Amino acid sequence: MAAQIFSAIFVIIIGVGGCVAYFWGANKLLDLVFPSRGVSGTAAVDNLRRQGLVRPWLFVGPAMVILTIYLIYPVIETLRLSFLDRGGENFVGLANYEWAFGDHDFRNSILNNILWLAVVPAACTFLGLIIAVLTDKIWWGTIAKSLIFLPLAISFVGASVIWKFIYEYRGEGQVQIGLLNAIIQYFGGQPQVWISLPFWNNFFLMVILIWIQTGFAMVILSSALRGIPEETLEAAVIDGANPFQIFWKIMVPQIWGTIAVVWTTITILVLKVFDIVLTMTNGQWNSQVLANLMFDWMFRGGGDFGRGATIAIIIMIAVIPIMVWNIRQANKETGGH
Amino acid sequence: MAASTGKSFVSRFGVHIAVLVFVVIWTIPTLGILVSSLRDKDQIIASGWWNSFASSSQTEAGRLPAASAQTQKDGKYVIEGNVFGDGAKRDISAFGVKAAAPTQYKAGTAADLGDGVTLQVNADGSFVLASPKAFEGDRGQRVYFASSAPPKFTTANYDAVLFSEGIGRSFMNSLTVTIPATIIPILIAAFAAYALAWMRFPGRALLIAVIIGLLVVPLQMSLIPLLKLYNGVGTFFGVPSKTYLGIWLAHTGFGLPFAIYLLRSYIAGLPREIMESARIDGASDFEIFVKIVLPLSFPVLASFAIFQFLWVWNDLLVAMVFLGTAPDQIVLTAKLNALLGSRGGNWEILTTSAFITIIVPLIVFFSLQRYFVRGLLAGSVKGG
Repeated sequence: MAAQIFSAIFVIIIGVGGCVAYFWGANKLLDLVFPSRGVSGTAAVDNLRRQGLVRPWLFVGPAMVILTIYLIYPVIETLRLSFLDRGGENFVGLANYEWAFGDHDFRNSILNNILWLAVVPAACTFLGLIIAVLTDKIWWGTIAKSLIFLPLAISFVGASVIWKFIYEYRGEGQVQIGLLNAIIQYFGGQPQVWISLPFWNNFFLMVILIWIQTGFAMVILSSALRGIPEETLEAAVIDGANPFQIFWKIMVPQIWGTIAVVWTTITILVLKVFDIVLTMTNGQWNSQVLANLMFDWMFRGGGDFGRGATIAIIIMIAVIPIMVWNIRQANKETGGH
Repeated sequence: MAASTGKSFVSRFGVHIAVLVFVVIWTIPTLGILVSSLRDKDQIIASGWWNSFASSSQTEAGRLPAASAQTQKDGKYVIEGNVFGDGAKRDISAFGVKAAAPTQYKAGTAADLGDGVTLQVNADGSFVLASPKAFEGDRGQRVYFASSAPPKFTTANYDAVLFSEGIGRSFMNSLTVTIPATIIPILIAAFAAYALAWMRFPGRALLIAVIIGLLVVPLQMSLIPLLKLYNGVGTFFGVPSKTYLGIWLAHTGFGLPFAIYLLRSYIAGLPREIMESARIDGASDFEIFVKIVLPLSFPVLASFAIFQFLWVWNDLLVAMVFLGTAPDQIVLTAKLNALLGSRGGNWEILTTSAFITIIVPLIVFFSLQRYFVRGLLAGSVKGG
């Protein structure tokens, strides 16, 4: 273990030192190859121009190399693999896609993902908005927000353990130590094994993600609400609007853009949801989702890269509309730049 | 806010109650594992954690000593002792001799077991079994009793989990993964962000668009090709394919689009005059970056560092694909996932391990919340 700590420190020094050395050295080299000082006027201008052509690429170079290896190449390769067999050697056309749409687990995953997409972003945004509005009105709102925000720092695995303990079921005659079953029992209900109840178990898993992500929605929306001009709200109060009208007719339309951002951010997260399902049910009892199914196929029986890649492509296709929209928005912003 | 002025007392009271309800719902789950991780492991299964400050009662079973322990007293054959043996003493409220009726007799009373045999179990566990005839056989009388133990809090679970369940080692592994994976991307991203914000070169707009596109590319797209690549590199050079270096670089790659995006939008917003006056003074881009941009960008660098730290520390997927599961590589999240399988019912181990897993992010989060929120706002509001 000492060797491990030592090697980690060593790598930090090498990594950071290497980066510094690269940027400094490359810059120095550029000055040497195209000197701008100590040469004649026209030559200096020429060299400065050449430096100006090269230097940006020295700055973005390392980032481009890493992005190419870790993201751009894999995207193309995954697309290619989705047309190949399990070992990635023989071309099989659309066979993987045909398999996917006929496969029970895959169809179950698609349905569950749609269910997640329908519930989680809406629930997080709605709850986040309500909490943001309410906490703005009380003196201890900041503390309340901190506490609701806190689960955002907790890993999905940690959150799964936390909620598994709440859903814990113990056989009849035993003391229920899971909070949910204890409450149900207290009110005279029958304790259940919540995470193995087909269909409804999806919702018990979703609760975990909602619990984590509501704080995110709350913080973003709360800051957007602060941006609403005070006069607008005062005018509404003077006109006799009640709190519900102010909320629905003034606040919500004013921050519509931010609501859309929060919604899409959580949507992307939901498409990739993996840890929660893996740790809670591992896809049993009809709770499978695409990301976990993909992980399963990556390693099942030595791994089927063709099918795994196909599932990844399906997730990617769902993300593409958001991606296009993001790029368009960004182009609009930087258009005049 | 203006809208809340002039409200009746009742509606303001309602807001307090509503927020309180939300806060309770959001904190109770975490509180549950914190309290449980500090409880005695027998008490965790004997009562819900919300009862942990009350005495917990449980029904236990034991066997009294066999006939060889009997003595003769006042013409009777007697076996005496304590049902707890040398173990911890608890209060007994009732006892019985049949599994179907484990609390048939109150503690301190003598139970008639038939044939003149009597058994008395006292609250402190001491018992007297008496019979007019000699006891026989080498199996003692079965006895059941309901005992209650005072609340017991202990750090024994932490000892056990850290040193014998391997969580301590995993904690070190998580740190080993997280710290370099947080530091390495910062410098690379900062240079790229500066170039994209303040330098003019062909293809810049395209690069920015690519990076914004990559922001939302699911990690899943990268896993299989990179797994193949790592296996290929490992075989080619005859080195292991699952290494810390591999996961550092992977996290760097996955973190870069967000890092560049976040830093670029901040650096682009720095005042133009500072850059230009420095340039007029003869400073090169490199000098401007190192001497002006980096120091001014500290808040956003801190924001990104916190994000990346939390994301790497909490990551399970990348660790499961690019690191092994041997004790020298398994990180906390993966270890916790493994424990969920192998120690599914041992809540003292699970709650304690979970708490150790989340304590570092919670500390980082609480101490640096300001930067975290700032990054969150910059990263998503503009990101739309």
